[in-house]
Amino acid sequence: MLDTFFFYAFALLTLGGGILTVTRRNAVHSAMWLIVSLAGAAGLYLLQGAEFLFAVQIVLYVGGIMVLFLFVIMLVNLDEAAKMRQFNKQWWVALACVSGVGALVAYFLRQGAGAFRLARPPQGAPILEGNTERIADVLFSEYLLPFEIASVLLLVAIVGSVLMAKRKV
Amino acid sequence: MLHPITTVHYLLLSAALLLVGTIGVLTRRNVVIILMSIELILNAVNINLIAFSRYFGDVTGQIFAIFVIAVAVAEAAVGLGILIALFRNKETVWADEIELLKW
Amino acid sequence: MTFLDLIWLIPLFPLAGAAIMLFLGRKLDPQQPSAVALAPGVGPAPGMHGLGHAGHSHAGPGKKLISLLCPGTVLLSLIFSIGAVAELARLPEKTHQLILYTWIAGLPFQTATGSLARFSADWGFLLDPLSAVMILVVTGVGFLIHVYSIGYMGHEGGYYRFFGYMNLFVFFMLMLVLANNYALLFVGWEGVGLCSYLLIGFYFHKKSASDAANKAFIVNRIGDAGFILGMLMMFHVFGTVRFADVNRALAGPGYAPEASWGVLSVMALLLFVGATGKSAQFPLYVWLPDAMEGPTPVSALIHAATMVTAGVYMVARSNALFSLAPATSDIVAVIGAFTAILAASIALVQNDIKRVLAYSTVSQLGYMFLACGVGAYWVAIFHLYTHAFFKALLFLGAGSVIHALGGEQDMRRMGGLKEKLPTTYWTMLAGSLAIAGIPGLAGFFSKDEILWQVYSSPQGSTALFVVGLITAGMTAFYMFRLMFLTFHGKPRMDAHTLAHAHESPPVMTVPLAVLAAGSVLAGWIGVPKLWTAFPDAFRSFEHWLEPVMLRAAAHGADAGHHDAATEWLLMGLSVAVALGGIWVARVFYLRRPELPERLAQSAPGLYNTLLNKWYVDEVYGAVFVDGLAKGGGTALSEFDARVVDGGVNGTGWLARFTSQLSIWWDTWIVDGAVRLVSFAVKVVSYPVRLLQTGYVQAYALIFVLGVLVIFGYYWMR
Repeated sequence: MLDTFFFYAFALLTLGGGILTVTRRNAVHSAMWLIVSLAGAAGLYLLQGAEFLFAVQIVLYVGGIMVLFLFVIMLVNLDEAAKMRQFNKQWWVALACVSGVGALVAYFLRQGAGAFRLARPPQGAPILEGNTERIADVLFSEYLLPFEIASVLLLVAIVGSVLMAKRKV
Repeated sequence: MLHPITTVHYLLLSAALLLVGTIGVLTRRNVVIILMSIELILNAVNINLIAFSRYFGDVTGQIFAIFVIAVAVAEAAVGLGILIALFRNKETVWADEIELLKW
Repeated sequence: MTFLDLIWLIPLFPLAGAAIMLFLGRKLDPQQPSAVALAPGVGPAPGMHGLGHAGHSHAGPGKKLISLLCPGTVLLSLIFSIGAVAELARLPEKTHQLILYTWIAGLPFQTATGSLARFSADWGFLLDPLSAVMILVVTGVGFLIHVYSIGYMGHEGGYYRFFGYMNLFVFFMLMLVLANNYALLFVGWEGVGLCSYLLIGFYFHKKSASDAANKAFIVNRIGDAGFILGMLMMFHVFGTVRFADVNRALAGPGYAPEASWGVLSVMALLLFVGATGKSAQFPLYVWLPDAMEGPTPVSALIHAATMVTAGVYMVARSNALFSLAPATSDIVAVIGAFTAILAASIALVQNDIKRVLAYSTVSQLGYMFLACGVGAYWVAIFHLYTHAFFKALLFLGAGSVIHALGGEQDMRRMGGLKEKLPTTYWTMLAGSLAIAGIPGLAGFFSKDEILWQVYSSPQGSTALFVVGLITAGMTAFYMFRLMFLTFHGKPRMDAHTLAHAHESPPVMTVPLAVLAAGSVLAGWIGVPKLWTAFPDAFRSFEHWLEPVMLRAAAHGADAGHHDAATEWLLMGLSVAVALGGIWVARVFYLRRPELPERLAQSAPGLYNTLLNKWYVDEVYGAVFVDGLAKGGGTALSEFDARVVDGGVNGTGWLARFTSQLSIWWDTWIVDGAVRLVSFAVKVVSYPVRLLQTGYVQAYALIFVLGVLVIFGYYWMR
């Protein structure tokens, strides 16, 4: 029961934060609501027994990426921008399309819901125990190469963004 | 009163978040917010991955979520770098004033 | 450790050179910003001669290191290649496969025959007689051209960049010919395409060069699409793309030559589409002449000796498949013959020395495909091998002339250079005699064998033979036209240029001499069977390639039914045609230089058609470039804005549209049927134009629409 309550609470945070992120006029407000949404998602991770990801989500997103966003917002000075039209001309087409997709996805999920009837979180699921250790085990054995490649990707991204943002190459 | 929470709930939430993000990407004019919306989409994917990881009792889904986060970080860094370069050259953050993808 | 186990090192040397050049080259050879701007090719750059003479004395230690390192890596590859081939020759089986590791270990899937296979490809090398010939040609000719480039590129900006690209090219080319499966071959295939692009656009500040690079890249894409489709089809049918496994499958009982269009024919045709792109065959040959915008050593290495022959290599490599697909083989032969004569006819009147050679290359490649098409794969490879010598020689010689004249490429402003450039003259003469098919030189043996096979093979025909014969005559004519215009007669350049014309340094002339020796001697390992005076040792080339061409030999080797008299007659005929071509060129350009002018005036239509390359570029431009991309675009930008703005302006738009329609109608009435075609294309391009707004969000919206459609489909079902 407590799980149910927390799920809805975090779902509300995630979804509400998301909606507010895409609708706010001021980019700084958007960023704040994005933090709320990401924190809500982090709560959901915790609920699903993924403590490690919970920590990563908080540290990386809420700590790191958001600072980056805010920094950029300050840098490009969006005060002027807040006074102007926020949505483009195709918004109604986009909204219609996305609603269509959403309706169909909901329909499919409803149809397929039977397949997941057993999907209640298993009681005392094994995954709950030592989550971080298990992730480390798998990550550094089976997924070692992708892991290293990801580190190279990050390095490339760092170099690339520095180069891109530099005034003169 | 309330149903017990099943994987389908998570899937629905993830789908909804994905759609919200998609709407943001498709309709907002501000490039910064488009990038934020992309983060929302990636988070929707993560919720999905973790729900299934739980469902199958397999940690692989979480591993993939980690990779998704790594890619998201890279994407944000490069995206914002591009944004700064763009702002410097074009003096605009409006996506519909940039029509370079034509040639 | 034997060389055979080290064949994986052969491509690795040039890769190392390329990596050093492209990552560290800038440190080794620091560029003044002006050096790039001064790069010749922009036109005869003023003061280039002074630079040309002084280039080497200026060279810093870094530059010397580059000059040693880059040809050095290719030399190492050459040594290892020779060692490996020598060891291969001693093996009883004459194939050596070395699989380093599995490169794509993919998903299992069901093949067409219903059996289960894995979508997999190795990172593996295959050395057999065919790839042995290729690696020797690539590393041997490649090394000579690298040495030549030291002199030719010595005083140009981007020295390290040039050598880095060249080494990268050699790496990819070696990957292409050493691969043991089609997927890895495709890696090399795309890689050489990339290097070709980079080197054509070497003078990237020059618009025509970067355009030519784009053209080469885009035209090649069309061919590559065919290659990919053929390769995937092969996966689907055989469940593997490893050469050995494909050949084993094809040799099995399930496959016989297809009477009509079947799976194998379509597969072979798709692969051949890839070959037409890379090897510049009709209708995709248009990029090669423009590729001459690159530096001349590039033209010699990539666009004459090696890369453009990749298509021929691939077809010969797939000979087991092509010999089971007679319908496709016929197409290959016809396309080859048609390309040969078309390109030769264009070469007759071109004035740019490099363009003549470029069209000549296209024409000779046509010969190779003609040979492939009639089932004489070993002859195609033989011609590839002799052609590599004399065409590289001719290009390098042309480069030497251009170098001497300070960037001049127009033959109308050359002449009388025989005394000034003796080495260049004599070596180029050897090359020209070789390509013209004078008995005793390399080109004679291979070309004559092609013509004989075309005539005598069961898949050949007299008509194709006649086309080949006429082309041979044209070849002799345009080559000697080039020689006479360049080296004989009165000098037609201005006095300053003439005074500065000088023989190239030894670093350039020695490769010329080596290649000239090759052009003279290379053919003596493929002496006609008819010359019974020579023992079989002089015919070793065919026997060498026999293990690779097993199936083809079984299907097409019964060429011996014709009597010796016919063969002597045909041989005499082709020599006579060649001599006739040379004689006509001599009359036209030495004895009575006013004749060509008069001839051009008496048939201006034909002359202009040839001069303008049969207007192929113009037709492609009108249909594909203007028609599809630009044509609809400009007129419809208003249309675009209107749709986005909504229906408010609909009425006005309708009026505008009708009036534009009537304007177009008028033009169509006036200009006739050509306009109709472009009009139709414009109408078709409406929706394309409409979609292409340039807004990233509009494109993203189209993604979502696509998702909606797919979901909708499953919902309706």
